[in-house]
Amino acid sequence: MIKFESVSKVYPTSPRAALADVDVTIGEGEFVFLVGPSGSGKSTFLRLVLREERPTAGKIVVMETDLTRLKNRRVPAMRRQMGVVFQDFRLLPDRNIAANIAFALEVIGRSKDSVKTLVPETLELVGLEGKAQRMPDELSGGEQQRVAIARAYVNRPRLLLADEPTGNLDPGTSVGIMKLLDRINRSGTTVVMATHDSQIVDSMRRRVIELDAGHVVRDQARGVYGYAP
Amino acid sequence: MRMRLVLKEMGVGLRRNLSLTFAVVITVAISLALVGAGILIRYQVNEMKDFWYGKINVSVYLCGPTSTEATCAGHAVTEAERTAIRAKLESLPVVTQVYYESSEAAYANAKRLFRNSPDLIKNIDPAALPESFRVKLSDPKRFDVIQSAFAGQAGVQQVQTQSDVLKKLFKLLNGFQLGAFFFAVALVVAAALLIFNAIRIAAFSRRRETGIMRLVGASRLYVQLPFLLEGAVVGLIGAIGGAGILVGIKWLFVDKALRPNIASINFIGWDWVPTVLPLLAGGAVLFSVLASFVTVQRYLRI
Repeated sequence: MIKFESVSKVYPTSPRAALADVDVTIGEGEFVFLVGPSGSGKSTFLRLVLREERPTAGKIVVMETDLTRLKNRRVPAMRRQMGVVFQDFRLLPDRNIAANIAFALEVIGRSKDSVKTLVPETLELVGLEGKAQRMPDELSGGEQQRVAIARAYVNRPRLLLADEPTGNLDPGTSVGIMKLLDRINRSGTTVVMATHDSQIVDSMRRRVIELDAGHVVRDQARGVYGYAP
Repeated sequence: MRMRLVLKEMGVGLRRNLSLTFAVVITVAISLALVGAGILIRYQVNEMKDFWYGKINVSVYLCGPTSTEATCAGHAVTEAERTAIRAKLESLPVVTQVYYESSEAAYANAKRLFRNSPDLIKNIDPAALPESFRVKLSDPKRFDVIQSAFAGQAGVQQVQTQSDVLKKLFKLLNGFQLGAFFFAVALVVAAALLIFNAIRIAAFSRRRETGIMRLVGASRLYVQLPFLLEGAVVGLIGAIGGAGILVGIKWLFVDKALRPNIASINFIGWDWVPTVLPLLAGGAVLFSVLASFVTVQRYLRI
């Protein structure tokens, strides 16, 4: 699903590499935590997978596509097979919940009929049936994140990327979000989640890749957050 | 591609920056009207050239008894000088016809011309009006050939042409035209900068939407199209406004103010409307879309 081969990323504004010589392979259907302190390279990793950035060196293959050789005009087609969730939800405040989710389908040209069936279906999946007509600011943080997940998942992507999705939520709410991501993963979608929420990582017992200053310092199949080898 | 949604996005964008949209529309309209005015002045000049050059005569005035010019040598033109002048005129290839007008004929013409001012006629001494040759040219623009040929010719008091007057008029009109184009260029630059800023602000105020579009894989065209259409709509509204201003100016100045008062000038009609206006409007729309396109390439990450 995702394969990094000796990938380095140096931003022009920083002398230090955000990622340095990273080799990682993530298989189809896996659930992977990306952990590490702020600035360790977690977000850079996700941005490279999204092809928001290109690596300075190395090769990245995502969903059988070599991103380092992918033409710009092919990027949108590739992103349609991915979903992304952020810490700050990024909902459109002037549209209701259903319209926020429908937006993701409309802008890639999906038909009215598929929007009509997919949006309620996805709302139900994330547990927000009955709130379709609410505005984002009428919902709690946890509910807003569910909307964001619904928007990322509504096109049934093969890969879901989540950048600190529980960063703004209290522990109780976070558990609900994790259950939802787990459910999505069990339906076959690969999930890569960057976090520094140790409680969550410890409770899920999934694969953990730990980054520190751009290097992979740990890659453990059923890891916990604070593991010291 | 779902066009209705693209158009909705565009509408949202235009409404969100209403004041800036207005500024762009007004600037586009005025710069367009100025470019158009420059073109109309050019048409007017050509119209007048065609009209006047058909009628232009060069007048070669001959010395009278009171002439003081050096070429007259203190006496009226002699028979020999008159014959020599006529022969020289007829030998010039640019001359097609030569008429002789005696002092008496000149006096009769003057009486007819100033028939409404008897006081003026009373004060004219028939002998003071010089006799002249009226010359028709094959190419009216080459009247200066006559002027140079008869400079210093004995018996010639003065070579005169209406072209001298027309030349001044054309110079003035050309000046207006140049001025109109100059201001038009300045305004076109202002319009480009305004469009640039309008689209940049539109792109900024819709960065959430475009950010999500990018992440869910909307095509480049889908993301950019609302902005380009915004440019097109603003350009079109500006073009319509500019065309209106231009038609208004022509109606007010030419048809209402000038035409009833100046009978001797052939003014332009309305035949330029179907050719010039669509061209200007098309140019304005294309220009706006282009300015938007450049901005979008710079400020909208895909």
